[in-house]
Amino acid sequence: MNAIYILWLRQLKRFVRKKASIVGALGQPIIFLLAIGFGFSPIYAKAGGGNYIQFLAPGIIVMTVLFTSIFTGLEIIWDKQFGFLKETFVAPISRLEILLGKTLGGATVAMIQGTFVFLITLIAGFRPDLASLPLALLFLFLVAVLSSALGAAIAARLDDMQGFPLIFNFMVQPLFFLSGAIFPIKDLPPALSFITKINPFSYGVDGLRYAFNGANVFNPVLSISVLCGFTAVILAAGVYQFSKVQL
Amino acid sequence: MIEARNLTKKFGDFIAVDNIYIKVNKGEVFAFLGPNGAGKSTTIKMLTTLLTPTSGDIFLNNHNVIENPHETRRSFGIVFQDPSLDNELTAEENMQFHAVLYGLKKDVYQKRIVELLNLVELYDRKDSYVKNFSGGMKRRLEIARGLLHHPKVLFLDEPTIGLDPQTRNHIWTYINNLNKKENVTIFFTTHHMEEVERIAQRVAIIDHGKILITGTIGEIIQKADTKNLEDAFISLTGSKIREETGNVGLNQMRISNKLMR
Ligand SMILES: Nc1ncnc2c1ncn2[C@@H]1O[C@H](COP(=O)(O)OP(=O)(O)OP(=O)(O)O)[C@@H](O)[C@H]1O
Ligand SMILES: [Mg+2]
Repeated sequence: MNAIYILWLRQLKRFVRKKASIVGALGQPIIFLLAIGFGFSPIYAKAGGGNYIQFLAPGIIVMTVLFTSIFTGLEIIWDKQFGFLKETFVAPISRLEILLGKTLGGATVAMIQGTFVFLITLIAGFRPDLASLPLALLFLFLVAVLSSALGAAIAARLDDMQGFPLIFNFMVQPLFFLSGAIFPIKDLPPALSFITKINPFSYGVDGLRYAFNGANVFNPVLSISVLCGFTAVILAAGVYQFSKVQL
Repeated sequence: MIEARNLTKKFGDFIAVDNIYIKVNKGEVFAFLGPNGAGKSTTIKMLTTLLTPTSGDIFLNNHNVIENPHETRRSFGIVFQDPSLDNELTAEENMQFHAVLYGLKKDVYQKRIVELLNLVELYDRKDSYVKNFSGGMKRRLEIARGLLHHPKVLFLDEPTIGLDPQTRNHIWTYINNLNKKENVTIFFTTHHMEEVERIAQRVAIIDHGKILITGTIGEIIQKADTKNLEDAFISLTGSKIREETGNVGLNQMRISNKLMR
């Protein structure tokens, strides 16, 4: 328990101390909000979708949490290169504790970053229903834990950042773009519809939209179950990966 | 306390550790010597659960290291040859992190952190970020951290590289005390023969992954028929300078780690 706490604390300290990167990471969501948000607004409204910012904002918040979490998880590669991972891995703590400490640390950091972006969406005109803020936070937290664990599990077996473009372009980006974050997943072509349905982040986006706007495709209980289920699987895979790490 | 049988580690086709046998008794101070690239660190990594051996068995404090890594980890502490500090944390935070991972009580570790940071003369820098430390200061902090919890077995992989004689002296005195007072088994490597002569009870010399000789310092000098340990070492391992061999790709990180210091 204490081990998880100290791992979590380390992650948080590292985050707070890198102020420049906190601000830097806000760039992408702001661009998405401005370019895609305001760019597609007129068409979306004409097509009868209503207010596009209202639709897009939860997607952008999920994007922030997803990216920040995965990258924090992937930081394990740096720990490996700087040697710090050895210190953690010879310690008499279970691999699950290491993974949980890492994952919760990454998730917390991502939630903070997500909160900043949430505030920015408010400035951009997003008007959420704040009554279900706790439910929204729950969905965000589930997305954060899942993606942070995913990043850590992948990083466990990588020795350097060379595989990074591959991970980013073929995993992180598709997970985001095919999650219904920027377009509605109703009435999609069958192939695309199938992909969005097996993408756990679709359930995160949909859940958040349900909490904020009351609009949803999936049953929220189903969404929570899917996110929890995926998280459990990834955590199990991560512990296995961790047990195979060679330093 | 430590026993390794038929221990072998291959990196691809390259045999870094070749079918070695090591036995270290409880409370013993054991020096593991060998030229650069002989396989010392690779052996230590296998003994400390960081690397899985290609074949062989290891027992540490009656735990089967390969089958039961988790149980084993409670029994030892280690100071690595390569850097393993978090540069974004302060000296004290690095120490606290270690103390909590090893389950030390707060009153115990707070006292020890002060004591050890004083030992390595870093107490007045305890709130500085490690990234602003010199190479020698980082090394001193690594050692202080490694001494924080008092394990049954302490592994020290070239603990004193890059340190001035005063600091080396302090550190070896502390380690010697740990061995005498708490009966901690010490397993260390070094390239300084006077450190071996000062504290080691038994020595093994490894070269090209094979153990050439094991025994007390006296026995080794006698067998090599030389005046002192340094001459015995050179006579046994030859005078050729070693190049790093092995799998270059896999090894790149290791080498760049060495260069970063
Ligand atoms: N991860 C690795 N991949 C490939 N080769 C490796 C790896 N680690 C070590 N080697 C090789 O194994 C051999 C033994 O290395 P090791 O680090 O055990 O030597 P050492 O005795 O500790 O040397 P030194 O005195 O320089 O620390 C070297 O030839 C090294 O290049
Ligand atoms: Mg070495």
